[in-house]
Amino acid sequence: MRFDLSDDQEFFRETTRRFIETEAPVSVVREWHDHPDGCPPSWWRAAAELGWTSLMVPESLGGGSISGRPIVDLTIVADEMGRGVTPGPFMPTNAVADTLGRSGSSDQQALLEGVMAGEVVLGWAFCEPGGDWAATRLATEAAPADGGYVLSGTKTAVEAGAQAHHLLVTAQSPEGLAQFLVPSDVGGLTITPQESLDLGRRFAEVRLDNVLVGAEALVGAPGAATVADVERQCQVMVVLQCADSAGSADRVLEFTAEYAFDRYSFGRPLASYQALKHRFADMKMWSEASQAAADAAADALADANDEARMVSVAKSYVGDRSVEIMQDCVQLHGGIGVTWEHDLHLYLRRATVNRGLFGTPADHRECLSELLGY
Amino acid sequence: MEDFVYAETDPAELARYREEVEAWMGENMPRSDPANPWHAIQDDDDRSTRNRELQRRLYDGGYAAVCYPKEYGGQSLTVAHQKIVDEASMDFDMPILFSVPTLSICGPTILEFGTEEQKQRYIPAWIRGDELWVQFMSEPSGGSDMAGALTRADRDGDAFIINGSKIWSTFAQRSDYALMLARTNWEVPKHRGLTMFIVPIHHPDIEIHTIKMADRTEEFCQEFFNDVIIPAENVLGDVDDGWTVASRLLFHERAAVGNASPYTQGRYRSRSAGGVRDLAAIALDRRGAEAGRHRQGLGHVETLVRVEELLSDRVVKGIEGGFLPAPAGSLVRLFHGLARNERHTVGLDVQGDSALVWNQGEPTGAFGMEYVQRQQGCIGGGTTEMARNIISERVLGMPREPAADRDLPFNQVPRSG
Repeated sequence: MRFDLSDDQEFFRETTRRFIETEAPVSVVREWHDHPDGCPPSWWRAAAELGWTSLMVPESLGGGSISGRPIVDLTIVADEMGRGVTPGPFMPTNAVADTLGRSGSSDQQALLEGVMAGEVVLGWAFCEPGGDWAATRLATEAAPADGGYVLSGTKTAVEAGAQAHHLLVTAQSPEGLAQFLVPSDVGGLTITPQESLDLGRRFAEVRLDNVLVGAEALVGAPGAATVADVERQCQVMVVLQCADSAGSADRVLEFTAEYAFDRYSFGRPLASYQALKHRFADMKMWSEASQAAADAAADALADANDEARMVSVAKSYVGDRSVEIMQDCVQLHGGIGVTWEHDLHLYLRRATVNRGLFGTPADHRECLSELLGY
Repeated sequence: MEDFVYAETDPAELARYREEVEAWMGENMPRSDPANPWHAIQDDDDRSTRNRELQRRLYDGGYAAVCYPKEYGGQSLTVAHQKIVDEASMDFDMPILFSVPTLSICGPTILEFGTEEQKQRYIPAWIRGDELWVQFMSEPSGGSDMAGALTRADRDGDAFIINGSKIWSTFAQRSDYALMLARTNWEVPKHRGLTMFIVPIHHPDIEIHTIKMADRTEEFCQEFFNDVIIPAENVLGDVDDGWTVASRLLFHERAAVGNASPYTQGRYRSRSAGGVRDLAAIALDRRGAEAGRHRQGLGHVETLVRVEELLSDRVVKGIEGGFLPAPAGSLVRLFHGLARNERHTVGLDVQGDSALVWNQGEPTGAFGMEYVQRQQGCIGGGTTEMARNIISERVLGMPREPAADRDLPFNQVPRSG
């Protein structure tokens, strides 16, 4: 949680938390694990009404942020969703909506109204099997044909792929990197739900077998402009992941500390053992530092100030520390911590997925080293 | 200590200030040699004199003690201003010796507890660079248990007579004054019988010995007090209430060590763990750069350096806004110690064999030596173990460690030897 929220942002945060606590408490989220979409569409529409999908949409298109720094406002939601292991196509819908708002045609931007109402879900088909999140090494091709393009390739780990009404497909074209917005029912597109460590969010494989799209499906101009869009989409995703994981880890630490106060062994609460207290102290430090890093990444992206570095700093730190906090909390719980019944694994599953998608901490350390000139 | 200003300042004003400071630094402060910072020169009068001279230059320029009240020689400006001075001074020689403990630990403690007379007498003198301070807190009998001090101060009319020994004071032999904690009452539990004194160091009855460290430096000292007579007007705070003063002093120390103090001035730039950029440049020069074997290490250090700053900002904001209790400063102290360890380890690997074996006169051995002395950062200024106690007990509210001496009159407390 940020310490610098304005009154309006704080009100938004409280509303968000209350909505999650009443409409999607963890007990309900567990029931939704069997739901094919991870959450009922009606619930997603209610979430959208609170603004979860309109913050990144420009005011001119009917959206608008609270603070004038949309990504910062959005991390308020991400942080609370992390705390509640809340499902929903939140990240890809917002990342793609952001790009449509910046680079989309007016036809494409017309979709945003449905997005803001929670009726239209957006997915981003980016990662490829065996891929490494580098946009420069994509194998999916966009070949020019009949004034349009033929798309072919396979995408994996497409979040909300099977729920999305439209998919943003990133591919290599003769003019350079290109992105296309395609309806998910277009011919040649096969969307197959995948299994995931994360029981809440949904992922799918997307196969493109000679999918024919018109030139109007292009989002922005192929080449440099699209490279910039893709880079920003990755940064938005990582910023949201980090806020989500930092919120998650802080929540897990909170209930593990409570457990340490309540749980007695050898006639004393666990919280009275110095060996354990010191581990809690380390975790508290990691948690506060994770939140500081996640917030700084959002700030950097909002202000376009050294954002590549700060996003990688955040992922490199939060990606690792969030799961280490949780693993340690599992350890401090003992046997109950590795059971299905306990909520810990729900958090750990989600944070583990956040850790790996859009670059592992090690990948982001490589980026940092490159920025240092090495 | 609430009189420093964290308030947001107009960005345009800060930008103007930065320009002004940068220009002034370039014209007035000596540019430093990053490969061989002058403050690495060992403990001699030269170092002390140079520090005093540099502090005076800063003072004359109006950039000394930026967050101190104007009436005592400071600038009454904000933490943001001090940060700008720190950043602008990275490439210049700075009077680092004044930063800790004089300005950042002893200073705020006297601002808080000093009488008006004491403040007028001492504060301007250190801001001008005339007087250096140290702390006489730890004793040979125990480092972390500061309230268990055995040094005694016996009342004798308008004075106190001090006997005992203090240790781990930095550079005491070249300094002028010390804050000293001594026991004035042995009949009450340990925290209630202590008094804080202002002690002139170069006193005929104080004997100072330097301690040779594993890296051959002799910065740290041990002092022996043999019937040292100190006037009662040198008591800081109240007699027998020295623990109240010491607790605040420790708070300021943790802030200073954890890079969260508004009163530190300039930044220490070590030879090896200086900037990540310096480290990257060394890595590029070393064989194996093509293979990129240090990419992970450099990325890791960059992460830690950045996150340490971010954590420090967050904790300052959190304490100010009431989101975190004041002892949360220990989070930064703990992070700093652990991150520093990792930096030194990466630094050692980047420097490779030349940190281990080097040609005579080459500076690369500093990397190896700093690695060997790495744990200093987790010991000095309160150990990381104490920081973990503080975080778990006073931030997370976990039960305190049992203490056998808590309610016992001090003269009945068992002690070693």
